[in-house]
Amino acid sequence: MAAVTGLGGIGGVAPPAARLRARRGLGRGRWRELRWWRLAVLVVVGAYFLVPLYAALRFSFSTTTGGWSVSAWTSLPAAQGFGPAFLLSLRLALVATVLTVLLVVPAGLVVHLRLPRLRAVMDVATTLPIVIPPIVLILGLLAAAPPWLKATPYLLALEYAVLGFPFVYRSLDAGLRAIDHATLVDASRSLGGGWMVTFARVLLPNLRTAILSGTVLCVALAFGEFTMASLDQYQTFPVWIVNFDQSNSPQTSVAASIAALGVTWILLLGLSLLGGGRKRRPRQTDDAGGATP
Amino acid sequence: MIGDTTTAATAVAPAAATLAGGGGDAARGAGLLRARRRRRGLRALPVLPFAAYLGVFLVVPAIAVVVGAFESPAGRPTLANLHIAATGTYRQGFVTSLELSLITSLVPAAVGAVVAYAIHVGRPTSLLRRVTVTAAGVFSQFGGVPLAFLFIASLGTTGLATNWLADVGIHLDALGFNLYSMSGVAVVYPYFQIPLMVLVLLPGLEALRPDWREAASNLGASSRQYWRYVAAPALAPAFLGATLLLFGFAFAAYATADALTSGSLPLTAIQIGSFLNGNVIAGQQNVGNALALGMLVVVGAVMALYLVLQRRASRWLR
Repeated sequence: MAAVTGLGGIGGVAPPAARLRARRGLGRGRWRELRWWRLAVLVVVGAYFLVPLYAALRFSFSTTTGGWSVSAWTSLPAAQGFGPAFLLSLRLALVATVLTVLLVVPAGLVVHLRLPRLRAVMDVATTLPIVIPPIVLILGLLAAAPPWLKATPYLLALEYAVLGFPFVYRSLDAGLRAIDHATLVDASRSLGGGWMVTFARVLLPNLRTAILSGTVLCVALAFGEFTMASLDQYQTFPVWIVNFDQSNSPQTSVAASIAALGVTWILLLGLSLLGGGRKRRPRQTDDAGGATP
Repeated sequence: MIGDTTTAATAVAPAAATLAGGGGDAARGAGLLRARRRRRGLRALPVLPFAAYLGVFLVVPAIAVVVGAFESPAGRPTLANLHIAATGTYRQGFVTSLELSLITSLVPAAVGAVVAYAIHVGRPTSLLRRVTVTAAGVFSQFGGVPLAFLFIASLGTTGLATNWLADVGIHLDALGFNLYSMSGVAVVYPYFQIPLMVLVLLPGLEALRPDWREAASNLGASSRQYWRYVAAPALAPAFLGATLLLFGFAFAAYATADALTSGSLPLTAIQIGSFLNGNVIAGQQNVGNALALGMLVVVGAVMALYLVLQRRASRWLR
């Protein structure tokens, strides 16, 4: 397989480019026939997702007397308890994300490059945190954790790190599929680079976008996690939104909800646009290598 | 320590091999073999912290739950917790949870698959694709009270969409729809389930190689025949696997249903939550653990099925 990829590299980008062109040509021929159903699907599903967002936005700008006001948004940072709750969630998200990246990236890379037999095990291990109910985890955690650990909110961060595993691993996995990692590693090794050098100076720069997008998902998860935080009785940002609702300004808590959603989305979209320009070439080599992995 | 000896061995081995030249093949072979074996141990080194962490924060809590399920509040072994968990309202909780998970995994799976395909046939660099894929990432993690707010603002009694529909003569409450009950939860769950389906299925769709379509049409297959005999069988395992994942995710969800129904919907997750919040009858403190064990059993069954399907799916992904 390495030979096939090598040929693609030496013979220029002609074969994959030709294939891409063929694929696009095929797409254009069927474009007319596909257009209406694609449009219909995206409009209907888009409406399901956008109408609630629009309704909530509208509500956050409304006043009880029927007028319009931006006060819910402008008063948000000064609302009681907002600062501490926001900072706590931010700290927990940071700790969890750093832990997840430090644990998952080396393990994921080694499994992919040097221990391919463990890939199936890794897939299962990183699916478990998605399907094991958080409520079961927090129940067991509170029963098993020593008191000194239960006394600090960072217990939550330690558990959020596990919940982040699937997202960072899956992004890393997708990133490794998109680059021709076998050739990169071979090239680096044959030029005398040790494994550390290969990881740090060849693979990581190529996987930066993939790891970053996994990281953002991990931050989003840790920042928005409610079940465990509320049952562990710490006032994180999502718990604050709920408690704040009981006071007088529902507009402010709706604004806070939208803000939490919007910030993550913009961050993730920005990352994907940043990575777009760099991704194009490796993807062609991947097409050439077809069955390489 | 392990690291030191292994690096030494790997550094020495090639030198020894060159020195030995043509002679002493056996000794050289044995040395290399030993070095390779040590190297393999070293290779796994970065996996160890990961595995240990998973053990401490995923396996230990699970074991604590299982042990607690078989203990009376005084710490004696008992089956009473399991018995209570399998009867009455708790039994009903499992039934409702399974029903809800089934509906909110099958429908979003079908819709998500169509959306994923609609994205897949577009150009990989298009803005539409970027927006939908990143949105899917964010929305799949959205839930709880913030999500409940969005739907209360649109489908609540005075919500925006409720008013729109009433204007065209559709009265949701007359149709038996109530946002704060089972029907409401079933409408809200797809908000994170459809994006999850798109995220999980999209890489699977890449397995559908354009050459297959070309090959099929070269052999005279119609579009319908291509779907019936090539695409559908190739995608079925990935689709079913993703659907199972959605089922597990819906089954695990707690915050959204709790926020919408204020904890009144009899779902197992909500029942466990009320145990954790301290709403316990004396002597039944550990029934929550038994309920959690029940959830783990369901999740285990789902994962086993998922694995079988994943193995079949990977055959096509190669």
